[in-house]
Amino acid sequence: MSASAVPAARLGRLVLAAPYLWLLLFFLAPFAMVLRIALSDADTALPPYAPHFEGIATLWSFLGKLDFENFRLLADDSLYGQTYLYSLRIAALTTLIALAIGYPLAYAIAAAPRRWRPVLLVLVVLPFWTSFLIRVYAWIGILRPEGLLDMVLGSLGLTSEPLRLLNTEAAVLIGMVYSYLPFMVLPLYATLEKLDRSLLEAAADLGAAPATAFLTVTLPLSRPGLFAGAALVFIPSVGEFVIPDLLGGPDTMMIGNLLWTTFSSRDWPLASAVAIILLVALVLPLAWLQRARLARGGGV
Amino acid sequence: MRKASPGSLRRAFQPWNDADAKPLVEFRGVTKRFGAVTAVSELSLSLYPREFFALLGPSGCGKTTLMRMLAGFETPDEGQILIDGIDITAVPPHLRPVNMMFQSYALFPHLSVAGNIAYGLKREGLPRAEIARRVEEMLALVKLGGLGRRKPDQLSGGQRQRVALARALAKRPKLLLLDEPMAALDRKLREATQFELMDLQSQLGTTFMVVTHDQDEAMTMADRMAVMDHGRLVQIAPPDVIYEAPVNRYVAEFVGDINVLEGRVTSVEGDLVRVETVLAGKVELDEEAPAFGRNASVLVGLRPEKIALNHEEPMQAVNKVAGEIWDIGYLGDVTMVQVMVGGEAGGLIKVALTNRTRHSARPFAWEDKVWLSWDVEAGLVLQP
Repeated sequence: MSASAVPAARLGRLVLAAPYLWLLLFFLAPFAMVLRIALSDADTALPPYAPHFEGIATLWSFLGKLDFENFRLLADDSLYGQTYLYSLRIAALTTLIALAIGYPLAYAIAAAPRRWRPVLLVLVVLPFWTSFLIRVYAWIGILRPEGLLDMVLGSLGLTSEPLRLLNTEAAVLIGMVYSYLPFMVLPLYATLEKLDRSLLEAAADLGAAPATAFLTVTLPLSRPGLFAGAALVFIPSVGEFVIPDLLGGPDTMMIGNLLWTTFSSRDWPLASAVAIILLVALVLPLAWLQRARLARGGGV
Repeated sequence: MRKASPGSLRRAFQPWNDADAKPLVEFRGVTKRFGAVTAVSELSLSLYPREFFALLGPSGCGKTTLMRMLAGFETPDEGQILIDGIDITAVPPHLRPVNMMFQSYALFPHLSVAGNIAYGLKREGLPRAEIARRVEEMLALVKLGGLGRRKPDQLSGGQRQRVALARALAKRPKLLLLDEPMAALDRKLREATQFELMDLQSQLGTTFMVVTHDQDEAMTMADRMAVMDHGRLVQIAPPDVIYEAPVNRYVAEFVGDINVLEGRVTSVEGDLVRVETVLAGKVELDEEAPAFGRNASVLVGLRPEKIALNHEEPMQAVNKVAGEIWDIGYLGDVTMVQVMVGGEAGGLIKVALTNRTRHSARPFAWEDKVWLSWDVEAGLVLQP
């Protein structure tokens, strides 16, 4: 037993406490504030809401008149439900398309000669060096009628009239896939790059044609990267509002846009309720998935 | 129950001396280059059915490349590879009647032990019940019954090796390739596994080809072994021939320990050759049909265990030389004694003494004046 064991243990506990403190300060506390606003009435004041819950002292009276009015409103107005579903749909499509493009991309990078891989990876991340907003604006220039895309296609003789892509769902999907693709490629690359080449040789040796070896070895072993990539694309996609706002049209309103509109029309309580529902809708399935994964024996 | 010991059966097994025997595997003038490096050079080799063949050589000699060409992971630049008389040079790995046990074992981490063994059988499209039966059979064969549902990371190193072996044998290949099969096992386990592997091989009648850099492993298991150097096969022969009659200095020094004495032939009378050596003076040795005449410059090879060590001059010995003990290396079963002979310009000769008595009774000490002696049959002439 060394004398320094006790302070070391205390230090260890302190180090462990740091991330929890961080979560408490910057996640749980703001969440509690948003929840408090969501359970308030809208008011023409500054800030524009009248809370029911003023502090620990009024906790009892607060619990007595708990107000789910805003949530009831969300349930009653079909606009909200439809927008939630539409957001999930767009996010799911984005994830699927990003997967369809990202998997071959990650596979190709992982299979490239070792000295080329860093260069290829930098190319994947390169867009991050420019502001996200500027990149989305650039897509307006590309997709608008008589824009870059029309010009190129027209001069190649492939199209005779403008495509009118801008302000459609297709434009939103293009923007979303473009923006979130790196989040799919990077985790997939990380798992594919670790894949032991001799496993594929073993599969071939045991009679598996290349396609079979891919389906029975590579694909199952890249599942961790697949899950991580899908989550990293899907979750921010659901709440996205810049891309549908700039590239989409009146019929591509996502929950982020709705939240923004509600918020800027100074109905903070309703906007907070929208945000809370979104969070719950995303966290619960993920938590369930994580539990299922742990129950299966730790391995993803 | 076996009536004859496997050793006695082995002695009778010599298809390579039988002109009518049909080889299972044939390499015909195979060359493989990686860029400027020639890994395998114009190599020809035949393996026979039921043979246990070991390919021995230092790392980088091309032995792994040779094996990978047989499995189909590398394509020869020149030459042909035949299995059962059929040219398979251009056949992809998944269509070859060959299975391989990888050095890293390459077990599929996402599949159970049974899933790993069944993998090859599923690719053959066998019915489910047949696969289950064969998996059980293989598990019993490698003594892993009851562990079928474990994942590879829940097994010990020795168990993983058995799974790899079972998986490679499950498809009942004509030829099993084993790439450094014992490299990851500790010494005790390695010895036991060597004998199990030999048992398994004679039981199944599969042709085994083992690649190894471990000469003990090759000598214990193989019917024939090949010593490889820089992409060429230097000698192909049964282990005892490789050890007692190496074709050149490289083989002699790679397999076992050997003293090499430079000298000049002074007379050749029938099989009896007399050589004047620099270190040990006049040496007589028995050489079958010597292919050199008087005054030829030769190297005399002398294995350390074939030399006797005495304090007194052995009067009746033909070959003898006086020296002084320079160093003693105690290895447990044997003691390696380095003796300085030839005075000022002399050199060291290694002698291996079997430790028949306990260590405390050691008869030799540092700086003892001793005599080395050996029989006429002990020495051999080596090609440089």
